[in-house]
Amino acid sequence: MLEKEKLVQMYRKMLEIRFFEEKVYELYGQNLVPGTIHLYAGEEAIAVGVCAHLRNDDYIVSTHRGHGHCIAKGARLDKTMAEILGKKTGYCKGKGGSMHIADFSIGMLGATAVVGAGIPIATGAGLSIKLRGTDQVVACFFGDGASNQGTFHEGINLAAVWSLPVLFVCENNMYAMGTRQSQVMLIENVADRAQAYGIPGVVVDGNDVLTVYEATKKAVERARAGKGPTLIECKTYRHKGHSRFDPATYRPKEEVGEWLKKDPIVRFRTRLSEMQVLTEEETKKIEKEVVDAIDVAVKFAIESPYPAPEEALEDVYA
Amino acid sequence: MKEITYRDALCEALREEMQRDKAVFLLGEDIGRYWGGAFKVTKGLAEEFGDERVRDTPISESTIIGAAVGAAITGMRPVAEIMFGDLTALAMDQIMNQAAKIRYMFGGQAKAPSVIRTPFGGGVNIASHHSQSLEAWFMHVPGLWVAVPSTPYDAKGLLKTAVRGENPVFFCEHKLLYPLKGMIPKEEYTVPFGKAEVKREGKDVTIFATMYMVHLALVAAERLGKEGISVEVIDPRTLVPLDKATLLTSVKKTGRIVIVSEDCKTAGVSSEIAAIVAEEAIDYLDAPIKRVAEPDTPIPFSPPLEKFVIPDENRIIKAVKEIV
Repeated sequence: MLEKEKLVQMYRKMLEIRFFEEKVYELYGQNLVPGTIHLYAGEEAIAVGVCAHLRNDDYIVSTHRGHGHCIAKGARLDKTMAEILGKKTGYCKGKGGSMHIADFSIGMLGATAVVGAGIPIATGAGLSIKLRGTDQVVACFFGDGASNQGTFHEGINLAAVWSLPVLFVCENNMYAMGTRQSQVMLIENVADRAQAYGIPGVVVDGNDVLTVYEATKKAVERARAGKGPTLIECKTYRHKGHSRFDPATYRPKEEVGEWLKKDPIVRFRTRLSEMQVLTEEETKKIEKEVVDAIDVAVKFAIESPYPAPEEALEDVYA
Repeated sequence: MKEITYRDALCEALREEMQRDKAVFLLGEDIGRYWGGAFKVTKGLAEEFGDERVRDTPISESTIIGAAVGAAITGMRPVAEIMFGDLTALAMDQIMNQAAKIRYMFGGQAKAPSVIRTPFGGGVNIASHHSQSLEAWFMHVPGLWVAVPSTPYDAKGLLKTAVRGENPVFFCEHKLLYPLKGMIPKEEYTVPFGKAEVKREGKDVTIFATMYMVHLALVAAERLGKEGISVEVIDPRTLVPLDKATLLTSVKKTGRIVIVSEDCKTAGVSSEIAAIVAEEAIDYLDAPIKRVAEPDTPIPFSPPLEKFVIPDENRIIKAVKEIV
């Protein structure tokens, strides 16, 4: 069983992601967020369950729906929020925005907004680890939509054949934008495809952080031991639409209702309460701390300056 | 000095850089011990450095480049080979959206020191999917450097610079140049990026040419010289960064320019060079800018058809005579 400290830490991270995303949504409504947003709310158990196993020097590769991955890997809330607002103090000095956050100092190798494009890059980071002879691992997050890209086939096959230390984490939220999985795949589980590459493929309840944690544990052990990649499919559901104004009317109301009942944060809190890890008082205290931390981050982001226009010309070449 | 082929000069560059830096490794289709690359550039390197550092990959161009990017941003210096330039189309997202932009998008946090080597060019009768010259595509993507060596000396020196640099380099080779012999120093040397070479000095007209076309331009210049026309030939050696100063100095001196490039004329290398000359030296021109390039067709198979579309020395001479 996990220690109380670790469990509470995981709960806190999940809450940070949820409240952070709610705040992003709110700021978006206030016209403070340029462009678009793809919120991670509802999928928190995956990023947190996976990243709970990762060291600072392990890598992750993220997607357009990546705020949760950043926070779970240990990114700062203030610099993340500042980037989303397009500020100079953001992680990427305002050049990346919501879909391209990176923090190389914590092994967050960045988010690519081309669906499926992160998979070969994660394979390359795995190759780098193998060539350098360290025991680091890479976790590559992508959605069910990405699993129909050629890069999924190419990248996982190469990681498999070279026994690279990569966890391919499919966040299956059932919809690629508005396209339901059953419209574009005859099989129910993306993880079934692992068999085609000769690697383990597991399907887990992506809304149960401890289940994700357990599945990741095995995959990380396997990767660190040089035995190669694992494909972990986490069944989940996004609480909001695909992006900014998407009301997600393509999702039946009953389905949305069923999934909202499976809210990963509510479930984990109930579990922790049953396990007597968290009292109501402690829960409230954590909530307040998280709210306060996000308020500080928001204040920092809003008060930060925009980059000077001519900074657009910098950082093209090293 | 010693004589060496363009092919072996490239191989020497890779060997020396792999000896110098353990972070340098190679990946690509059939580059290992069985083939040594479709054009034999990497022959012998797997035997010397092992299969770990000279990696045969599946036929997965997108992942060859993606893996190079992932390795580069985590401390390695990959040199990826794409067997034919035409096949870079399969890896285009990884080249133009990932490799080229990863530094910029992340606000300068990352660097992706990597080299993508690939052969362009026609002249060997292998038709539309193995003969194109697509250098201009990569000039159009900020974040990439683009090298276009025309001689064994430049091939070796530029490749060493590419491997040592901090940016992704799109390194163009030319199929007809692989067997070409030339002199290089016995000692180690590099060739800087962004430094053109005046291959031949002249005063009546400037010919700007790249890769195989440099050699045709020199043949044309020799013949024109016998007719009393003094031709200056400029080889940019890298298209990005481009040595504009050498180009403009030459045009300002001669007042005339013929741009020779093996790619399609529309939105090609010659278009960009012509635009620069028009923008920055038009007052010095005594005649219209001339371009010698491929007509806008795919590369055909049959020898007379292919010969018709690829520029040769006669077309260059004709273009020069039209403006002198």
